[in-house]
Amino acid sequence: MSVLIDVQGLGKTFTDTTMRLGPKRPPVRAVESVSFQIHQGEALAVVGESGCGKSTLGRLLLHLIEASEGRVMFENRDMSAMSRHEIRQLRQRMQMVFQDPFGSLSPRRTVADIIAEPMDSFGLTKSRKDRREKVAELLDLVGLPPSYMDRRPRQFSGGQRQRIGIARAISVDPAFIVADEPVSALDVSIQAQIINLMQDLQEKRGFSFLFIAHDLAVVRHVADRVAVMYLGRIVEMGTKAQIYSSPHHPYTEALMSAAPRPDPAARSNRIILEGDVPSPSNVPSGCPFRTRCPLAAEICSVERPPLIEVEPGHTAACHFATPYPIAQRSPAT
Amino acid sequence: MTEVLAEAIITEPHPATNKWADVWRQFSHHKGALIGLLFFAFITLFVLIGPYIWTLDPNKLDIRAKDMRPIYTVLWNGEARVGWNHPLGTDNLGKDLLAQLMQGGRTSMAVGWTGMVLALFIGALIGVVAGFFRRLDGPLMRFTDLVLSLPILPLLLVAVTLFRESLSQMLGIETGMFILIVTIIGLTSWMQTARIVRGDVLALKEREFILAARSIGTPNNKIITRHILPNVLSPIMVSATLGLATAIITESALSFLGVGFPPDFPTWGKQLADAVPRMTEYPERVVLPGLAISLTVLSVNYIGDGLRDALDPRIRGR
Repeated sequence: MSVLIDVQGLGKTFTDTTMRLGPKRPPVRAVESVSFQIHQGEALAVVGESGCGKSTLGRLLLHLIEASEGRVMFENRDMSAMSRHEIRQLRQRMQMVFQDPFGSLSPRRTVADIIAEPMDSFGLTKSRKDRREKVAELLDLVGLPPSYMDRRPRQFSGGQRQRIGIARAISVDPAFIVADEPVSALDVSIQAQIINLMQDLQEKRGFSFLFIAHDLAVVRHVADRVAVMYLGRIVEMGTKAQIYSSPHHPYTEALMSAAPRPDPAARSNRIILEGDVPSPSNVPSGCPFRTRCPLAAEICSVERPPLIEVEPGHTAACHFATPYPIAQRSPAT
Repeated sequence: MTEVLAEAIITEPHPATNKWADVWRQFSHHKGALIGLLFFAFITLFVLIGPYIWTLDPNKLDIRAKDMRPIYTVLWNGEARVGWNHPLGTDNLGKDLLAQLMQGGRTSMAVGWTGMVLALFIGALIGVVAGFFRRLDGPLMRFTDLVLSLPILPLLLVAVTLFRESLSQMLGIETGMFILIVTIIGLTSWMQTARIVRGDVLALKEREFILAARSIGTPNNKIITRHILPNVLSPIMVSATLGLATAIITESALSFLGVGFPPDFPTWGKQLADAVPRMTEYPERVVLPGLAISLTVLSVNYIGDGLRDALDPRIRGR
């Protein structure tokens, strides 16, 4: 599998640019030195609490906002070095599915217009008839009757709208889709349908995925690999099995214990985190998680823990994460 | 479950109809708008077709028939000078009031509409550009503030004295004045629209479907025409109704000051202004054109109101 997206030291700092008198608000470090790769046909899930920079990360990857540091390589081409025209051409290869199915579809346009918009932008619709045929095909693909194409978004339920959003995203056959919490605004009963749909489509079309979520149960179904974010940084990343069976970062562990489990007997050992997430404009020194970490020691406030590899393909940023023994590491290197 | 329910709701009352039929159905539920539309149609026909039916020359002087009262005065004053040849009476020079009202209405409506369209165009353009392109926001809105802070009336007087002669010579006195007045009204009343539209565009720009359009690769000009403009239609519509009112009233104010159209060229505003000195003796000369102005403005306001509701897909179909 070749690397589709290579993120290198990506960061985004929002600064106060308003022309007000008086002191400026401190800059907000939304994303800081994030690096990872996404392979072709792979689904990477990013999880974390609200405000940890997940959505910003997704938008950075699509170059919807400018990165303040680092770069994103898409098919080995640096996006920050591209001209606006090249970026626009690239939009055909990368699409987005949004969180809010009510806000992300323009209320005054018909479903056909909404779904065909990406194709229109890239001149992929030859005639009216061709356009309608393609829209009908896409509607069918996402499980909606093609006869709905002349209706407006308000006539649909949340789940149906999300299907429309997905049809729009896959209409230009992209190589990469960022799904920004695509199911968190939906009823639980519908979440499963949408997730299954997305997985089906991924199998059929073979695109890669960045799946942003705050719900570990959802991630478990979708992801090949999982990245856990806290205050703009990736604190742990690994395959789904690694993260779920042997989390190495205390934050990941706390997140896991917070995921609801259907079996009441298994609900015993919840890890309750104290306090709130610190403001991203005032990140604690050293390890950003130390203010809430049950394991925090002196070293945590002095030194920022680097991401270390604890087993092949599994990294964690914690001073107490134990790397796998050297004996195990040697055959790999 | 929800899916099934939603489907039932969709399929039942909305067989995917024509959009404009939908709009009309919603519009016709709005009683005020319907009455407004009827009255507006009436007054438009009145000024457009009226002069062909009531063929009396509005500028014909007939000193012997001066100061006649409207027919209905007979109801409470048997001695009033009335006659069916002048159903609404005449003024102090013997000009027929009904004919003047029709002729004046033509001018007032033409000035109102053109001035409003011009102001709307400038306002919407500046508002959308300022709201959409962040870099132009500051300069354009400060410019708007600047124009807003200019004292309009002295400006109008200066503009009229400066350009009246040259425009009259170029295009003839009536067309020249018309263009001058409409331009002045357009150039001095777009600011409210610009501010309202900018505010709305700023809010719209943060909505997810605009981000969605950008992530899809829709170019900026298409984002504006496809996604922004249709959604700022309702505030524009409301400004339009208010703009028509302001345009008619500004024209009246100009006529009142004596810098508007030439004296033998009636407009509602001028008729009203001319009649003010003898208001107590001949109230109809103030009341009738005044009523024409306010009812027109009111009906347009109601039409705008109904249209806004009808065009809003969130309200439509409730």
